[in-house]
Amino acid sequence: MNNHELLVYMREIHKWFGRVHVLRGVNFKVYNSEIVGLVGDNGAGKSTLMKILAGIYPPDKGKIFINGTEVNFKSPKDAMKHGIEMIHQDVMLAPLMSVGRNIFLGREPQKLYGIVPILDLKKIRKESLKCLKEIGLDGVDPDMVVENLSGGQRQGVAIARAVYFKAKLLILDEPTNNLSVKESAKVLQFITEAKNQGISSIFITHNIHHVYSIADRIVVLSHGQVVGDLKKEETTIDEVTKLITGETSPRPTVGS
Amino acid sequence: MLRYKSLIVTSLQRKEISVATILFGTIISFYSIQPVFLSPSNIDVLLRITPELGIVALGVTLLMIGGEFDLSVGSVFGFIPMVTILLIESGIPPTLAIVSGLLISTLVGLTHGVVTVKTGIPSFITTLGGLLIWRGVSLAVTGGLPKYMTMPPEIIFFFSGKIAPFIHMQMIWFFALAGFFYYILERTKFGNWIYATGGRKEVARAMGVNTDRVKIVLFTLSSLMAGMGGIIQSIRLGQALPNQGDGLEFDAIAVAVIGGTSLFGGSGTILGTVIAEYLSRIIENGLIIIRAPSYYFRLYIGLVIVIAVTVNIYILRRSIRSRVES
Repeated sequence: MNNHELLVYMREIHKWFGRVHVLRGVNFKVYNSEIVGLVGDNGAGKSTLMKILAGIYPPDKGKIFINGTEVNFKSPKDAMKHGIEMIHQDVMLAPLMSVGRNIFLGREPQKLYGIVPILDLKKIRKESLKCLKEIGLDGVDPDMVVENLSGGQRQGVAIARAVYFKAKLLILDEPTNNLSVKESAKVLQFITEAKNQGISSIFITHNIHHVYSIADRIVVLSHGQVVGDLKKEETTIDEVTKLITGETSPRPTVGS
Repeated sequence: MLRYKSLIVTSLQRKEISVATILFGTIISFYSIQPVFLSPSNIDVLLRITPELGIVALGVTLLMIGGEFDLSVGSVFGFIPMVTILLIESGIPPTLAIVSGLLISTLVGLTHGVVTVKTGIPSFITTLGGLLIWRGVSLAVTGGLPKYMTMPPEIIFFFSGKIAPFIHMQMIWFFALAGFFYYILERTKFGNWIYATGGRKEVARAMGVNTDRVKIVLFTLSSLMAGMGGIIQSIRLGQALPNQGDGLEFDAIAVAVIGGTSLFGGSGTILGTVIAEYLSRIIENGLIIIRAPSYYFRLYIGLVIVIAVTVNIYILRRSIRSRVES
């Protein structure tokens, strides 16, 4: 596995909402098997940048490259086809359905009974179990109803689903907000587990403490611009916090 | 021992258990008040009339699980047999007239579905419009008078014949359709989409499910089942009444809810609806048998709704607790 291969390259991204210039020429990179902490204060443009990468908004200016090829996402579906999966704060699971049926929602396996198509429930159960185990989500059974799962477990199921369906990059929007310390640790473990399987993650947060322990690199956004792109070994929580609040002037980008 | 215990626990967690218990209790109560209730002739009557309304409740259940209501089923239940008779009167052969009637019912449902989905108006309103329109058309065309339905004996047998003691064609239709609906809901992709669409539409959409199409299909099925139930009743009675199916929309929703279907969508079962349909008809029939004033029917159904829903919620809470513990 080549860790230094560029997976995503967003070049000179601009975005206006009406007259507001929310992203002012952002350069953003993600390498293979890398966890990037995307931090910044509220309104810094983190979510907008990620929604562009997930195909929810188009950029007004700038280009996106995946594995070196330029892409032009028209919808989240296009992004998913390229292996980019956004896991929202409000996790995308149907609460009254079982975990297994949720994992395979929209991609249900079928078998034929003569000429009658029938849901392959056995496969759903078996594959769901495998998929949950893969990221270390113990204690969740495919037959459990999502409503009865904790917030962290729900994040886990969403991550497991993305991993199972061969996502290359997970975009997690403040995944540990509203979670207990123990639960947060679990979610971080799922993300690390995904990384061990070669999947990169972007962890959006306004609180550096949430992501510091697992991040390989930290990108700081402020007023729509990158003010810091730092390898974790070369920085401290203190420095990042100062960049977020604007107490320190921007530091040059890694590798530029 | 543990296996038996878990079997009991899982069956207690099934939503149908509360309605099945109430059904059993109701039968015992009516029987102890008036043994005639369980006489062969009364059982025969019950088994014969229940399917007509039960077929309607099946369609309504699926639609409610998908997160929408259909208040027009009672009117469609009266309108479609009326259309069928008018077609026969205009010289179309009976079989073709029935098929056309059912086709028209699908068009009615398709219209309800498309209007609801495309305008974003709540189905409560669009199908309330349907309720008034289709009832209004039936009344206007007939001038409020019943119309006789003359059918060849084969067709009468096909829809409402008696095959053996206690076995009527209506029942065969009801169980066959219930089986088909169970298959759709529990054993197909589409069923998974119905649950997801009613449970959380945004999730279903994000996973690539065309929720508009799911809803339109469900509206269509709901009207088709209403038309089917209406035709079976008219064939049994030999006539179509302008007020046929009046109030059936609330009856069907009540049956679905008593059977465990959520008013908010995303949850429900076909078996629950089938049991609740028998319960509803047994209460209606039993009250007549014990000579209670007919006005009591709605009162009892109201009570049963409250009891059944309360028990369902209690069971749900218990099941959450046991799952967290284990």
